[in-house]
Amino acid sequence: MRYLKIYFILFVSIGVLYACSKTEVVKPQTEDIRFVVPKNFPDAVYKFEGNTLTNSGFALGKKLFYDVRLSADKTISCGSCHQQFAGFANLDHKVSHGVNNCLGKRNAPVLFNLAWQKEFFWDGGAKNLEVVPINAITDVCEMGTDLNTIVNLLNTTSPYPQLFKDAFGSATINSQNLLKALAQFTAAMVSANSKYDKVMRNPQQNSFTADEQQGYQLFKEKCASCHTEPLFTNLNYTNNGLDLNSIDEGRKVITGLARDKGKFRVPTLRNIELSSPYMHDGRFNTLEKVLEHYNNGIQHSENLDPALIKSSQLGIPLSTTQKQQLISFLNTLTDDEFIKNKIFNEN
Amino acid sequence: MAISSYKFKIMNIKNILILLFTVIIGFTSCKKDEVINSTEKGAFTIEFENEVNGAPLVLNSQNYMNANGDSYNISVFKYYVSNIKLTKTDGTVYSLPESYILVDAAKPSSFLTNFKDIPAADYTKISFIIGVDKERNLAGAQTGALDPALGMFWTWNSGYIFVKLEGTSPQSTAANNALTFHIGGIVDPNNTIRTFSTDFSTGNPLRIRADKNPQVHFTANAGSLFSGKQNISFASLNFTMGGANSVLVADNYATSLFEFEHIHN
Repeated sequence: MRYLKIYFILFVSIGVLYACSKTEVVKPQTEDIRFVVPKNFPDAVYKFEGNTLTNSGFALGKKLFYDVRLSADKTISCGSCHQQFAGFANLDHKVSHGVNNCLGKRNAPVLFNLAWQKEFFWDGGAKNLEVVPINAITDVCEMGTDLNTIVNLLNTTSPYPQLFKDAFGSATINSQNLLKALAQFTAAMVSANSKYDKVMRNPQQNSFTADEQQGYQLFKEKCASCHTEPLFTNLNYTNNGLDLNSIDEGRKVITGLARDKGKFRVPTLRNIELSSPYMHDGRFNTLEKVLEHYNNGIQHSENLDPALIKSSQLGIPLSTTQKQQLISFLNTLTDDEFIKNKIFNEN
Repeated sequence: MAISSYKFKIMNIKNILILLFTVIIGFTSCKKDEVINSTEKGAFTIEFENEVNGAPLVLNSQNYMNANGDSYNISVFKYYVSNIKLTKTDGTVYSLPESYILVDAAKPSSFLTNFKDIPAADYTKISFIIGVDKERNLAGAQTGALDPALGMFWTWNSGYIFVKLEGTSPQSTAANNALTFHIGGIVDPNNTIRTFSTDFSTGNPLRIRADKNPQVHFTANAGSLFSGKQNISFASLNFTMGGANSVLVADNYATSLFEFEHIHN
């Protein structure tokens, strides 16, 4: 009888506690932000360690990404040179236009699937996603400011202190939380719903057209050693014969090694249809010109990738038909769901 | 005779006993039997005093001479000290968690850093990295002494500047006779992480106790960048931001940037 009583009390108290905890759950207003590794992708490099992805952190990162007030003359945001409709590259700009209409020296890269990247920029100079924005913030030809100025601005600009409090538990803003918020937004950008992905994940229900299929075969034979699936980059640095003597030393700037002169990071080909112009200096404005470069434009520079010299012939011979087939395949890498996803939108 | 011999014997035993007693008392009183509780923790302060080859470092206005005979002055002198380790008399090592110090010659408040929660013991040796360990160079956004807003972080080739010295020299061929020595880099062959270690005097070890706050005093010699392994001529080297020339400078200062002065226990 006594035991029964104790059990009863225990039961009731557990019930009360459970009810309490249930009422404290606050349902998020917007769609939950999640980071999921797509089925056909490898493990991510950036794992949100010490920077748990939350709705409030992501929303803050997005607001910062699109806020022009962060730049020296209050005209340039991250989003100015990383436009969603261009796969977060800078459409029609060979190189970026920063504050005071200053021209940068390299083409703004696309921003997505960054969580799989171990190094950033054309030369791989940045080695952690969280520190990448500092370069654009401080470059005199990009945002032309510094972290202290931005932190001071944010600390005195409503509603930022409240947004930082929501995201990180403290209304006092420092550079660490600024960078972590930006990383939540940029690392959560995943593009993995192109036609290509659908065919790969579910070949019963999706298929390439004949041209796309031909292009895919050609791609696997001639391009995939550098533009490796499923990220469409092997994340290495290579010289693809753009110039006999590269003005931009590329990877050598970082390593100091002569053998890295004129080498640049192999870019992903995902969303390439939308992210022209191409190459580190944006010299080619169409995919036809890019393919023609590989067909007939390769310069025998000192560090030329050996894959571009086959039986003493330079480049990758491609017929007009083959080029069209390749472009048909490359267009299957366009991910409209990502490009039009309102989650990443400025509003 | 028999009696006196007996008395003598008693005296002797008494004396021996007294002597023995005294000696025992003496020993126990000599042996300062200080019991250190295994949970006892204490604090200490580490101090860096900046100088140039023995003369106090005065920013901007003071002229100095390097071993090559070049005249120069210094406008910026900043450096990282990190991963501090203390060695006890028994040889065991205590690594101070999160020990990152950025000393800025322009900010006297940065000359002194206090560390708390150190296990109480007598420490006879200290070692630390001149710079920042590889892991933190590659890690995400940091705060505190490692906040990239402090101007010791390379953005274009991400990683920390370990030692930064800027100034001018009439011998410098750079624009405005500038001297720009930004030493850093963690990738071989241009790795500039250097570890400094020094013994304290055994007679005056660093005594960490709950009720004490001893001070360890070091000098930091800005002039050590320009001589040691190789004398630097400002006509031929006046600018480095990582790379082989930074290694040359790091090798110069590796053992001579810091000198242990004394401990105030």
